[in-house]
Amino acid sequence: MIDPVTGSRLQFALTTIVHIIFPVMSMGLAPFLVYFTWKDIRTGKPIYEQLRRFWTRIFAVSFVVGTVTGIVLEFEFGTNFAAFSTTAGELFGGPLALEGMMAFMLEATFLGIFVFGRDRVGNVLYMISAVAVGVGTWLSAVWILIANSWMQTPRGYELATENGQTIVHLVDPIAAYANPRFPWMFVHMQNAAVESVALFMAGLGAYFIFRHHVWGYPIEDVEFWETTLKIGIVALLITAPLQVLHGDLYARHVFETQPQKFAAMEAVWETDAYVPEYIVAFPTSLQDLLDPRAKDIFGIGIPGGASWLASGGDPQATIQGLNEFEGPQPPVALVFWAFRIMVALGFWFVLLAVWGGYRWWRGELLEDDLLHKALMGSTLLGIVAVELGWIVTEVGRQPWVIQDVLRTSEGVSSGLSGTEATVTLVGFAVVYLGLLALYTYVVVRIVRAGPPDVASVTPTEGSDATAPEVSGDD
Amino acid sequence: MTDPASLSSEPLFGLPLPDLWFGLLFFIFALFLFLDGFDFGVGVLFATRDDEEERERLLAAIGPFWDGNEVWLVVFGGAMFAAFPAVYANLFSRHYLLMFAILGALILRGLAPEMYEQRHDEAWQRWWGRSFVVGSLTAPFFLGMFTANWLFGATAIVTLPGIVVGLAVVALTVVDGVAFLRLKTRGELRVDLKTAGYYALAAYLALVVVTLGAVYWTAPALRPDLFSVPIAALVVATLAFAGVYAAATRTDRYYVAFGAAAGLVFALVAIVAGLLYPTIDPVAGLTVESAIVSTLPLNLMSIGAAVLLPLVFVYFVVLYSAFSGPIEAGESY
Repeated sequence: MIDPVTGSRLQFALTTIVHIIFPVMSMGLAPFLVYFTWKDIRTGKPIYEQLRRFWTRIFAVSFVVGTVTGIVLEFEFGTNFAAFSTTAGELFGGPLALEGMMAFMLEATFLGIFVFGRDRVGNVLYMISAVAVGVGTWLSAVWILIANSWMQTPRGYELATENGQTIVHLVDPIAAYANPRFPWMFVHMQNAAVESVALFMAGLGAYFIFRHHVWGYPIEDVEFWETTLKIGIVALLITAPLQVLHGDLYARHVFETQPQKFAAMEAVWETDAYVPEYIVAFPTSLQDLLDPRAKDIFGIGIPGGASWLASGGDPQATIQGLNEFEGPQPPVALVFWAFRIMVALGFWFVLLAVWGGYRWWRGELLEDDLLHKALMGSTLLGIVAVELGWIVTEVGRQPWVIQDVLRTSEGVSSGLSGTEATVTLVGFAVVYLGLLALYTYVVVRIVRAGPPDVASVTPTEGSDATAPEVSGDD
Repeated sequence: MTDPASLSSEPLFGLPLPDLWFGLLFFIFALFLFLDGFDFGVGVLFATRDDEEERERLLAAIGPFWDGNEVWLVVFGGAMFAAFPAVYANLFSRHYLLMFAILGALILRGLAPEMYEQRHDEAWQRWWGRSFVVGSLTAPFFLGMFTANWLFGATAIVTLPGIVVGLAVVALTVVDGVAFLRLKTRGELRVDLKTAGYYALAAYLALVVVTLGAVYWTAPALRPDLFSVPIAALVVATLAFAGVYAAATRTDRYYVAFGAAAGLVFALVAIVAGLLYPTIDPVAGLTVESAIVSTLPLNLMSIGAAVLLPLVFVYFVVLYSAFSGPIEAGESY
């Protein structure tokens, strides 16, 4: 049997890692759906109705799976982290309740109209529904990240001991909830979600165009997939450079507010100035490879790079080493590598965006096979980068669940037995991995079925609607 | 009013906020049980129909609604976390495995309609149909067990009152589901459902009697409450709603029957809340007064709820009026 603390941590890690995929898809798709709906209503062109309906199907599946996996997360605070819930309930419960009332309600009710109501409601209410779903999706992230950012950089509270238990009392709601970390997290997360979906779209578009132009498969809906590819590239051109830019500013904020996490991101053990930024690093012995606290790393680094990054331009700046912090350390190797790969992916996405944009500008977008292969290979990498980012954020904060206030190990429910923790961990591992497989299966089916045939459904604007939208070799 | 200093000392407008939040919490729970309850009921009734076209109609009936309905459970969890964090922590960690059983049932139930419509081959639909039925049966059953264990202060998962209340809640969701489906369907199906509604109602009333007996015999601490005026009034109200439900079903007054089903759910939850009050968690010895958060967050949450809940009701009115009336041909999940 796994001990309750480890079991609870593993379970929370597993359920969040799987859950985050679905909100990323729905948050990222939301602005696209609003755009497609708007264009569909305004122009009546079949391509926009196809785009709207196709991506709505993927949104709906993401939302359903996101709902069922997310409800579990909400209750896990009570079941597995009861001590945390008692300690931090005053600050943490409020945002969670407001997420439900303000955001999730908006999203779930208007999704009913958006998915099922095209023939039941007028254009105005339909458009309002699209916007409401999108706003609800993003507001959810606002409240979740307000709660999470408070755990990263807690402010506006007082500690008291009641019945032998530490309780966090809210004293200054503005300091607590208008938290310095929040804007960084929100911008970085939302942009990442849109970027992930942009990569997903570009990758799918590239795949079908590659099949068509290179392999010579006759496919229907060439226009649909070309448009999808182009929309993906446009979105990538906007989001990819932004992500790198505020990612850099965000890292600086982490250095200022969570020095231990920053040291783990850079694997800096001894306080030093002129710290290099390691591009790659290797443990000097095989033993260290398995030891997450591998201290002796040999690496290829940019001299002064980490100091430069931390201070915003001064290569001589001092970085506090991990050895200065008492108590347990975060698993350094995991944080170090997650951070590196995420950053590398961020730059790769910028390259993809510029490459695709350049080819498009030259009028060669449909002919560059290498670009299509690169885009196809990157279809899911946006989501991978999001996962890595959350690993940096959450694992890098360990051993704290609330930075410098409460250790994760102290937040676990006291009455929980090893058997209970093991049973639910195994159960959820099976269920969540099953859900992920099921989600993948359904999305693949939707993609293979292709866009819905709408030419006969929209008789508006005679010439457009009657034009054959199936081109290609058949 | 939004000055934090003034918000931190006194309850807003001198209102009895802890009691109001206790009431609000159970109101939200009752809304969840009524709204998602008819989804569960539809899921149970799904097992009794083997005609493919009828099954599609049952799914189409709840399609636009169930997601929004289930969010009331999230709001319930969030509101309890925000207003009574100690209860949230104690209650859910104590009912650890039962909570996960509820969540597992909700996963099955939530996925099923979406998945059912993804593929139109027999084996796939048979399995997702089963998952829909099993999830719809077990979710209210476990919820009932959870509620009974909470009320009776039981620490074991499986208790006799838990099973009885669990079954009562299942019967109640079928009553609720019939009322909803009679609004949303036409023809033969609508007529057939009448009988199911009567049986479910009879089963529910019988189980309520057994439950009240169980309260009398096994929980002497609750016995005086049982004979208090409010509880007695709620029991009478339950009988009255049952009468209205039966009469309205017989004479095809669909909206009245639907309203009576809501009355039955609210009366049941009110009985539980009434028996519990002023305690909120008997095992942990927490009362409404001792478990409430401090004044500042309570005031902030109250302002939030006062603004947002009416707004949420507007969304529901928009949603339910957009999809009012029976399912039209061609509407599908």
